[in-house]
Amino acid sequence: MSLIVHGLTVDHGAIRAINDVSFTVDKGKLAAVIGANGAGKSTLLRALSGLNSTTAGTAEWRNHNLLHGKPEAHVRKGVSHVSEGKSVVAELTVEENLDLGALWRRNKREATESKSQAIELFPRLGERLLQRADTLSGGERQMLAIGRALMSKPELLLLDEPSLGLAPLVIEQIFQTIRGIVDSMGLTVVLVEQNAMGALKIADTAVVLNLGRVAATGSAADLIADPAVRAAYLGY
Amino acid sequence: MIQFINTILIGFTSGAIYALMAMAIVLVWRSTRVINFAQAGLALASAYIGYQVVQSISNYWVALIIAMFAGAALSALIEIAFMRLLLKHTSSGPIASVAPIIATLGLLGIIKAGIAMIWGGQYVVVKPPLSNTGFSIGTHTLVFSPMKLAIVISVASLVLVFSLIFQKTNIGLALRASAFAPEIARLAGVKVDLVRTLGWALSGAAGAVAGLLLTSNGNGSFSPESMEFSLLLISGFIAAVIGGLESLVGAVIGGLVLGLVTSFVLMYISGSLFFIAPFVVLLIVLFIRPQGIIGVKVGRRA
Repeated sequence: MSLIVHGLTVDHGAIRAINDVSFTVDKGKLAAVIGANGAGKSTLLRALSGLNSTTAGTAEWRNHNLLHGKPEAHVRKGVSHVSEGKSVVAELTVEENLDLGALWRRNKREATESKSQAIELFPRLGERLLQRADTLSGGERQMLAIGRALMSKPELLLLDEPSLGLAPLVIEQIFQTIRGIVDSMGLTVVLVEQNAMGALKIADTAVVLNLGRVAATGSAADLIADPAVRAAYLGY
Repeated sequence: MIQFINTILIGFTSGAIYALMAMAIVLVWRSTRVINFAQAGLALASAYIGYQVVQSISNYWVALIIAMFAGAALSALIEIAFMRLLLKHTSSGPIASVAPIIATLGLLGIIKAGIAMIWGGQYVVVKPPLSNTGFSIGTHTLVFSPMKLAIVISVASLVLVFSLIFQKTNIGLALRASAFAPEIARLAGVKVDLVRTLGWALSGAAGAVAGLLLTSNGNGSFSPESMEFSLLLISGFIAAVIGGLESLVGAVIGGLVLGLVTSFVLMYISGSLFFIAPFVVLLIVLFIRPQGIIGVKVGRRA
């Protein structure tokens, strides 16, 4: 099943942060949401995961409207959100951060399997299981945040700026891993990124946001080729 | 020499009780970012419940355990029926930082009034279950009595149980994650509201045991206006701050440090400094290590 967002509108007090945004992400596809600072990218994700309340619209996912309900309920429906700025709990160990994502799961054997999978995907985490999360490098923390999200066995993964503050080589590695997760696990991913070029390169489709409205939408390849998008968001 | 040993043992015993109160304050602070001054009222109410149980079944230790669960239930009830609403309605603006504190002070008054209505305003007595006559070493008699030993053992057992819960169980992991990063905990599927209530319940349990043990460390008598409970609140609060306010280990260390220092001041300097000593300790720690003994300076935050 796909994620169908229709007419999504979010107000921050008197300011309309997201205005009548509609788009669809097919199952097993990676959609990039790009746009300048303040375009409403993070607000969009926070609305989808239940962190922000919304003014209008629907977001249909597996017969649920994601715009109703709390994040902790969304997780149980297969929606995992990695929030902006390496969402790990600094005071907990790497292993505890991973376990956190599976606390709600009743089947502990499956949870243990998820942990082995996450460690297989990010071997560096396996070497640092007992270290506190705040001793990790920026890239490792981002891996841990994604690993924690995978521990909840998601079918829809919402990623907010995973490249933020990372070195170019590490960014490349994280992006490749994200693409790998989509291809090997069949997850549906919404990737919010400031790094438009990097995101478009790995994405199937993309939504360009400008001041809370959809400025362009289409396949990632088409958008890379679009002169207007290139000039405004790719810098050449 | 005997005086030195006595000083340490007395300080250690009262420090253990302060440590429990400090843990109670830290648990509430970590779960809802509120300093709960009503904690003294909860401890007092729990002591009265203990008194009621001793009246009917005359077993102090059963009463202590019942008082502990009653304290947990009362505290959880306050969180659900009162604090949750209050924090929701005062979540922003200048009132956000002041309202909860004033509200807990108000609650303290309400709880004390409620106790006076149920049990009356006069002193009641829960006879300490063990002798308060000190152990003897040769010809010397220590101040340390079987009752004081039982207090230290009770506190140590409770601290041990708490640390096992926090470090070894899934509930403990949820409690810690919700305390340090509530938003990430929610995104990971933790029902943070429920975990908050649980934090308050554990706090109520620790405060209840502190309350009843406090009375048994003296002659067992107390009233709604007992000075000891106000002092327990202040000492617990200071111990929690010395310990860094975020850490249960810090709360225990803070309580013991405070107990020992006050004991030495009383014994070697002057008994009249009893009320001042805790505050001097607090000021010294705040000047030298404002983040507390255990606390770390908040650097990068996820």
